[in-house]
Amino acid sequence: MRIARNPALVSLSGTVFVMVVGGIIFPQVFSLNYLRQQLQIASFLGIAATGAMLVILIGGIDLSLPWVLTAAGIISCTLSGRGVLISIGAGLLVGLVAGLANGLGAAILRIPSIIWSLAVNFIFLGICVFITGGFMPQGHPTAIIKTIGIGRTLGVPNIILFWCVLSVYIILTLGQTRFGRFIYAVGQNEKVSFLSGIRTRRIIILIFVMSGICNAITGIMLSGYSNQAFQAMGDPYLIPAIAAVVIGGTSISGGSGTYLGTVIGVIFITYLSSLLSVLQVPEAGRQIFFGVIIIAMTLSYSRKKEER
Amino acid sequence: MPAINAPMRSNWLRYFLRRNYRTIIAFAMLVILFIAYLLVYPGRLSDQFFCAWANQGAGLAFAAVGQTLVVLTSGIDMSIGSVFALTNCIASVFLNGDLYHILIALILILGAGICCGLINGMLISYTRIQPIILTIATGAVYYGIALFIRPVSGGSVSEALSDALTYNIFHIPTSLMLLFGTLILFWVLLKRTKLYIGIYAIGSSEKSAFMSGVKVRQAKVAAYMFSGLFASLGGLFLSLQTLTGDALIGNTYTLNSVAATVIGGTALAGGTGAIFGSVIGSYLLRTLKGLMFFAGIAPMAQPLFEGIVLMCALSIGSIRLLGMKSKIEIFR
Amino acid sequence: MGSKDLVIRMNGISKRYAAVEALKDVNLECFAGSIHAIVGENGAGKSTLIKIVAGVTQPNTGSLFLDGELVQFRSPQDAIRKSILCVFQELSIIPDLTVAENISILAKSNGVSRFVSSKAKRQKAEEVLSRIKCYDIDPRELCSDLPLSRLQLVEIARALACDPRILILDEATSALTAADSEKIFELCATLRDQGVSILYITHHLREVDLLADTCSVFRNGERIETFAVGTRSQKEIISMMIGRPISKQFPEKKGCLANQKQKILSIEHLSWHNKIRDVSFTISQGEIVGLGGIDGQGQKDLLFALFGVLRHVRATVHIGTNNLPLKGPSALIESADKVVLIPEDRKREGLFPTMSILKNVSLASLSRFTAGPFINRKKEIEHVMSMLQSLHVKVGNIHDSIDSLSGGNQQKIILAKWLLLEAQFLLLNDPTRGIDVATKQDIYTLLRGLAEQGKSILIYTTDYEELIGLCDRVIIMYKGQIRKILVGDEISEANILTASLDLQK
Repeated sequence: MRIARNPALVSLSGTVFVMVVGGIIFPQVFSLNYLRQQLQIASFLGIAATGAMLVILIGGIDLSLPWVLTAAGIISCTLSGRGVLISIGAGLLVGLVAGLANGLGAAILRIPSIIWSLAVNFIFLGICVFITGGFMPQGHPTAIIKTIGIGRTLGVPNIILFWCVLSVYIILTLGQTRFGRFIYAVGQNEKVSFLSGIRTRRIIILIFVMSGICNAITGIMLSGYSNQAFQAMGDPYLIPAIAAVVIGGTSISGGSGTYLGTVIGVIFITYLSSLLSVLQVPEAGRQIFFGVIIIAMTLSYSRKKEER
Repeated sequence: MPAINAPMRSNWLRYFLRRNYRTIIAFAMLVILFIAYLLVYPGRLSDQFFCAWANQGAGLAFAAVGQTLVVLTSGIDMSIGSVFALTNCIASVFLNGDLYHILIALILILGAGICCGLINGMLISYTRIQPIILTIATGAVYYGIALFIRPVSGGSVSEALSDALTYNIFHIPTSLMLLFGTLILFWVLLKRTKLYIGIYAIGSSEKSAFMSGVKVRQAKVAAYMFSGLFASLGGLFLSLQTLTGDALIGNTYTLNSVAATVIGGTALAGGTGAIFGSVIGSYLLRTLKGLMFFAGIAPMAQPLFEGIVLMCALSIGSIRLLGMKSKIEIFR
Repeated sequence: MGSKDLVIRMNGISKRYAAVEALKDVNLECFAGSIHAIVGENGAGKSTLIKIVAGVTQPNTGSLFLDGELVQFRSPQDAIRKSILCVFQELSIIPDLTVAENISILAKSNGVSRFVSSKAKRQKAEEVLSRIKCYDIDPRELCSDLPLSRLQLVEIARALACDPRILILDEATSALTAADSEKIFELCATLRDQGVSILYITHHLREVDLLADTCSVFRNGERIETFAVGTRSQKEIISMMIGRPISKQFPEKKGCLANQKQKILSIEHLSWHNKIRDVSFTISQGEIVGLGGIDGQGQKDLLFALFGVLRHVRATVHIGTNNLPLKGPSALIESADKVVLIPEDRKREGLFPTMSILKNVSLASLSRFTAGPFINRKKEIEHVMSMLQSLHVKVGNIHDSIDSLSGGNQQKIILAKWLLLEAQFLLLNDPTRGIDVATKQDIYTLLRGLAEQGKSILIYTTDYEELIGLCDRVIIMYKGQIRKILVGDEISEANILTASLDLQK
């Protein structure tokens, strides 16, 4: 089937299918209110998935998402008393440090990002435990963060606007700039990229930093949305983020994929997830469903060309 | 002029070291850490102590062995934690009662592990889906099933069985006997077969392995199947230790099984490594934990410390990069 | 010669890969106790042919007969079980296993015993290696520790261990020294006398004369002719291979421009880890300097060193009076005068196979087409198209992936990519290896043209004719040092050989 060749189309049809099915069962799925709510929820996943996609594009994976997200949320909340700049700055710093750590491991120590980012994840878990002493994190996010996290402008939730701006930036970068070309090149073959004059180390580190910052932003915004940070707030984001990227057509081995696909993947997963919760499917069922969906959708992509 | 034959005996050591140096280094580290642990432990160094130490590492060791077989084929099993949790939960429901029921339960537990592994292996061999994303997906499915079986942690496990298998026999912890017993059985049955060397070959160069007549698909399915089997053994053992089932324990076992594998000397790219090394790696991680606990490091700082040490252990392999003569050597 | 048994018969074999017809209706016969040479340019279909016989791939049409019976090989194992062994050009050695394990893993596929101890494996390996008189390879050595020449011998040993009835050798001596090649020739002769049927693919017509009794020429996927060795002259064979009479291959040398001295690349005391020892020379504008000598004497390492790829290089390099630090490929490409390296291994070092032609060509010179952070697509396409035209590369659509092009065209794409940078200094690492004759000539003309424009070229090649016909100066290297520099008329095959083998003291 020709449709099966284009991942973005597959996930788009999937999204439409889910919406239609959902709408038949619960007509309010088609309401503007519901759409707005879903997009708002999707935006958080979308920002996280952006970082995930960038790393997957260069052939790595960032498994430090959960606790970098949580740490950024916790730290920015804890420091909210010191003012907006420090609060947001500290949170972003978490992302920067995490990204540098990940990038260092991948680019310089040449340790596979699967295991290294898992270790980084664990370190940030340790940092969170250390800071909070195991208790609920203190502090509430500053007003500005709350505004972005949960506020609206002209009826549109700010976080959606934020995601839109981010999307435009990413689409332009990936498609129209040198940097974007280099990202795809490094993902396809690092050796050839190096011999073609691309500063591969820099790019790898930069991409992991971007991922770390995306994760941090998600954590900060999420704390704004929930009016607090909480332990393990990042855990529910990792698998859906990776799933969104993969379902959206990005190859897990790197070098190919479009951001539009990731966006559609995020929306698809968000809709599916909320449909499942409306149907009151227990967590167990949701996990199974997700796993099956990921397999089903990745099964329909990528036909390997016959090797010469 | 076969002059080379003469010095061969003495060269045996050189080749052995060349092949296994990473595992040997891991073993040395384990010995050092264990001695430190002995020094730091406040209580008496009794049988109880050794038993506890052995038990702590056994569950992870089983998981790590399974993970190693998969990693050797240059794949990865991100679902191993979920299979671990799943079998743990099954045990907490069924591993009770008389001998008959226990046997049935054991069949169920090991069968579940084998099934999960088979599903992983078949999907990876017969579709183009990469192991990492596939096992993340199947991991979610197995986790869901585990949640189904045991939504809240609890349940019970035959205490008689637990007592029998978690203490010691003639001063040797039973857990270690089980662990090494299984490994030796595995070794004896499979070491010289085409399957075993095929697994290494596939991880080293799948294309060359194929050209050399290795049955790539079957070997991969077998590797994942064994992974599931060992994960179920680990989950079984954990249930004997904790006497409960908990669907949430999976996550840490996935991370730690990969870490134990890498620290024990197996390359994530596949092709080189030793299963025994992963056992060493597991005990290394667990000894470290115990060491920190008794060395008086603040409990709230322990995970952080653990993470830092883990990172250091992983970085050791990167020292070889210093001697690198060409910048493109780092690219595979 | 008595009558020989027909062992293999191929009937009407065709094979198509996507848009390319690799083999067209090929008929071929191989007899026991004979060495059947197969010659042809790259892309002629030789590799595909043997892959079919070896079971690696299956033909689209046609049939294969073994001893008169129809057979179908679905995997290499099927062929191996029928005692058909193939030594491919791309080695199928498993790097992380030892020599003994590699040899026995293949032998096991032949149905030999299931449980074989390490000792037995080692003994078998020793036995086989001694048959090819290879006494310096220890079976317990890890294959990843061995150099390419040893690996090629191990590969041949592997095939031998399976007691082949039919042995296929694809460029089996390409990485071997003369001495090792002799051993292989002896082996082939011995096997032939024992009744083995050998298919021998080679680029060296000299080997055909030496070894084979029959020869088949392939061109463009078709078998042109099969004849008994000795009944056709080399010239006839070559013209069968390229399909037209050979014309003069090399453009006229004009010598370097004497007056332009600012941009002389001078290399002083370059050393690297005992592989390159105290090398000093200069390259002026308009010169084509060749690196010669036996393979592996440091020539490739020298090129990599000059491109900044190697670490721990000690050297002083100047362009004119300006110092040139050898930091790395990106630094050298971005330097004022630009030094670029055109790599040897197309697939693994030069191209991105799944990327479009356009993107492959423009990748290194994107900064020329950017307005701010964005790429000016129109400008990019214009420049790339004009470059492709000047190199006579015919492309259907520049947005197609590179996969669709032939080997020769792919090499031209790589050249296009580097030429787009308009670099002053070009380093070329065996650029015409495995390329068809027509493309080779285009490349020679191109290089001479660039030299006339004032560029400086340093080229490493294993082809004597290129050194003689193309280069203004030839630097012969031996064990990492410059043995001799030949200038102008001094460049002859005799002088090159003498210097390469270090016969003069």
